Amino acid sequence: MENPYIPYPVRIDDIEIATEDKSLKTFKFVFLNKEDEEKFSYHAGQFAELSIPGIGEIPIGIASSPVEKGFVKFTVFRTGVVTSYLHNMKVGDIMGIRGPLGNWYPWDKLENKNVVIIGGGFAFTTLRSSIVYMLDPGNRSKFKTIDVVYGARSPGMLLYREELFEWEKRSDINMHITVDGTDDPDWQYHKGFVPQIVEQNAPKADEDTYAIICGPPIMIKFTQPSLVKLGYKEHQIIMSLENRMKCGIGMCGRCNIGKELVCKDGPVFTLEQINQTPKEY
Amino acid sequence: MKFISIDKNDWTRGIDKSREKYQLFGPVKDENGCLIKKLEPDVQPDMGLHESVMSAKSVIFPQTEKILNASLDESIENHHIMQRAKTDYSPRAVLGIRPYDAKAMELVKLNFDTKDFKDPYWCDAYEATVFVGLGITKPGPFDFSTSVGTGPFCEDGLDVLLADLDDTYLAKILSPKGEAYTAACGFNAIVDEKESQALFDILRKEAEKNIVSQVKIDKLKEKTILELHEADFWDDIAFACINCGTCTYVCPTCWCFDIQDETKQKQASRFRNWDTCMSPLFTRHATGHNPRGTKVQRVRQRFMHKLKYFLDKYDQGIMCVGCGRCVKSCPVNIDIREVCHMMNSYEKQD
Amino acid sequence: MDTCIEKIRELSADLLEKGEVTKVIGFANGTIPMATSPIAIKTKQDVDKLVFNSTCGLNLANYVSGEKGKIAVIAKGCDSRNIVTHIVENQIQREQIYIIGVPCTGMVDKHKIAALFEDEIIDFSEDGDTLMVSSLLNTQTLKKQDYLKDNCLYCTHKNPVLYDVLAKDPVEEQKFDNLFPDVDRIEALDEDAKWQHFENLTKNCIRCYACRNACPLCYCPTCFVDESGPQWVGKGQNKTDVNTFHFLRAFHCAGRCTDCGACVEACPMGINVRDFTRKLNKDSLELFGWEAGLDVTKRPPLDTYRPEDPDDFIK
Repeated sequence: MENPYIPYPVRIDDIEIATEDKSLKTFKFVFLNKEDEEKFSYHAGQFAELSIPGIGEIPIGIASSPVEKGFVKFTVFRTGVVTSYLHNMKVGDIMGIRGPLGNWYPWDKLENKNVVIIGGGFAFTTLRSSIVYMLDPGNRSKFKTIDVVYGARSPGMLLYREELFEWEKRSDINMHITVDGTDDPDWQYHKGFVPQIVEQNAPKADEDTYAIICGPPIMIKFTQPSLVKLGYKEHQIIMSLENRMKCGIGMCGRCNIGKELVCKDGPVFTLEQINQTPKEY
Repeated sequence: MKFISIDKNDWTRGIDKSREKYQLFGPVKDENGCLIKKLEPDVQPDMGLHESVMSAKSVIFPQTEKILNASLDESIENHHIMQRAKTDYSPRAVLGIRPYDAKAMELVKLNFDTKDFKDPYWCDAYEATVFVGLGITKPGPFDFSTSVGTGPFCEDGLDVLLADLDDTYLAKILSPKGEAYTAACGFNAIVDEKESQALFDILRKEAEKNIVSQVKIDKLKEKTILELHEADFWDDIAFACINCGTCTYVCPTCWCFDIQDETKQKQASRFRNWDTCMSPLFTRHATGHNPRGTKVQRVRQRFMHKLKYFLDKYDQGIMCVGCGRCVKSCPVNIDIREVCHMMNSYEKQD
Repeated sequence: MDTCIEKIRELSADLLEKGEVTKVIGFANGTIPMATSPIAIKTKQDVDKLVFNSTCGLNLANYVSGEKGKIAVIAKGCDSRNIVTHIVENQIQREQIYIIGVPCTGMVDKHKIAALFEDEIIDFSEDGDTLMVSSLLNTQTLKKQDYLKDNCLYCTHKNPVLYDVLAKDPVEEQKFDNLFPDVDRIEALDEDAKWQHFENLTKNCIRCYACRNACPLCYCPTCFVDESGPQWVGKGQNKTDVNTFHFLRAFHCAGRCTDCGACVEACPMGINVRDFTRKLNKDSLELFGWEAGLDVTKRPPLDTYRPEDPDDFIK
């Protein structure tokens, strides 16, 4: 068995400023060894450790989609030591990626189901991965309706804006883009917080409808009642959690919620599972 | 099972002989107490009655261990590409440890050697190590090993178990590793199996009889995690705690670690260090949010992990071998036996 | 010692019953010999859990900061000095704390006693100046004076310096010509030997931070060793990092340390942590005529500037 602590070497292929305040950047990496890309075979919803030698590692959700080949993408918020360093790195720099890690959204279970994707702020990365995956011509027919509620503070803080507006134009996906507020007179989408937009626009739940939520704790907390009002049961609400991590492989002991390790048993849990554990996230 | 008798006059000569093939570790007593250390060529293990303050876990899992390194010098090939740090995994033997310290390694193995991932550093060190235990004839007042499924003559995880018979050690060989090690010492006086086993049984029973401290763990399984997590006793237990890492560091079964990068000139190294759930940093997010930001949450985590999460996850008993080191070393005398009692006997009030 | 525990319990019960305080912070009996455990007593019925004896070596000032309502605390001389320091450093208001002062005859050194026995101690009791200690193999009767913690041996503030009530009559204070013979011994060493002394001191340190966390002075929201941006100190067992922790922590305590010995009491590895702080206490006394925690109106010397402060280090 391979050493799970050794990252695959990658080169930064592109860096894109993702939000108007420049606090988020999207990094596109290519693997130095082609065979590593094969080994790094992932599902939408998984994460990886971005690994900078001498600086440290950070667990980040994979923003690219399994259907996109030749590279992997991560959108990173500048906050701690490693992310600050990463934000100052340049195209061509060599670093590492360890993964893919954790579980993923339950794609098998979601087949032939209506899927509602709810995201807020910069927790839209694995959701982007998921949408691209579901919209792929090879996959779209596996799912019934797809709704997306995505909100940010302001239009300039929405991630993947170009893609969002393209999806908006499509008929096989219902986009509900919202911002907390904007002065832009041309803004043609929703205004308001995610929980409220969910309540107004998301489909009512039947047995065949599942919601995937990813966002800041406060958004998750207030979106749950909206979903309950729409009839979603605990097992139909799927969430991706974040906790401080180091190893990413279930050994270092810090990311647990009860006996579940967010890095290995998660990060994806149903609300039903989460309600059985201490809320230590 | 094979038994060997070792004349104590031959003991030192034998283990010195084994140094040709094995690095040796063992208890060393100094003015501040007893520790398990690497035995320098002129140092012999202390086979006395003192329990080491620290367990034998550092032999497999050093407090600080370099795991990866990379060159940051862009002029050389493979710069910024991390590789496994070189570590010596030649055979090593740890001598005279408390038997339950080896049992603890078996429990810790459940964490480091899994079907999905193997921690190569831990596994390689474990593989390289021969565990030579010394049966405890005079259990201390804090030893509650028998009530948590181990004991003063517990054989689990050991390669050789020694019984101290005053002038001789009677050695029970428990594995091929143990066999190879005793052979390397030149210990080969095979003695009658049946008689020796009978003697071991007597010594074990005698020692177990002298254990004065007990815990009950029979009801932990049937309680739910949330029930225990929300129990009303945690504030009282946690009040005295100063949130140091003593309990976790002296514990033979605590395995949590941190990963840290360091650079020296153009050389980057990645280390892992023991970490402790008692520290607020253990769980603090980069944003400052901390899911276990209060003392009581951290104290609860430690006991829930040991006495409930581990039990539920692996169904191999609790994550405690009853050595009592944390009881003895805790600066404020938080006693796992008491906490275990509170958890085991907890009835939710409606 | 005359533990005056009945008086402590009586005062505590009275305070709780009258609702003057929300809790009384004191010591409870430990579960093992020579151990006591800090406890917060919240009801009159629980005051019998309070004990006071020669094994109450921790400093309860460590448990009073951050409290909202009014609390009571049992304070030895050193605890009271750290409460003074807390008041000076705005960790607690004087009005918030009711101090039940206990004149102290010294705490025993558990390591010194344990070193007398080949096996574990199973029983400890005391009667006045006599200690009775037994292990399975051995029983010894000891004179308490011979087994005091080193800081207690040279204590000159056995009586609380700040209190609302005393649980017993004051005891006689000790007087010494030289308060720092231990520092003198280290100062007399040559450079290499001195360095070796400190290297030996930290060689068994496991960085559990029990010394720091038991210290009432160490209340920084983020200790410099835990800071990650920038990271001042490596987190592993590298000698330089371990020593940096001890040296810098000691300097941070300069002019604030009351030599209560809680750091030594808490250390699981038997490190004489006071060797780091004692020289700084000596300097504070010699350079500034300062002993920490004696006066709520005075700030520690390194917090303040006076024109007459010694400046002969400027060449």
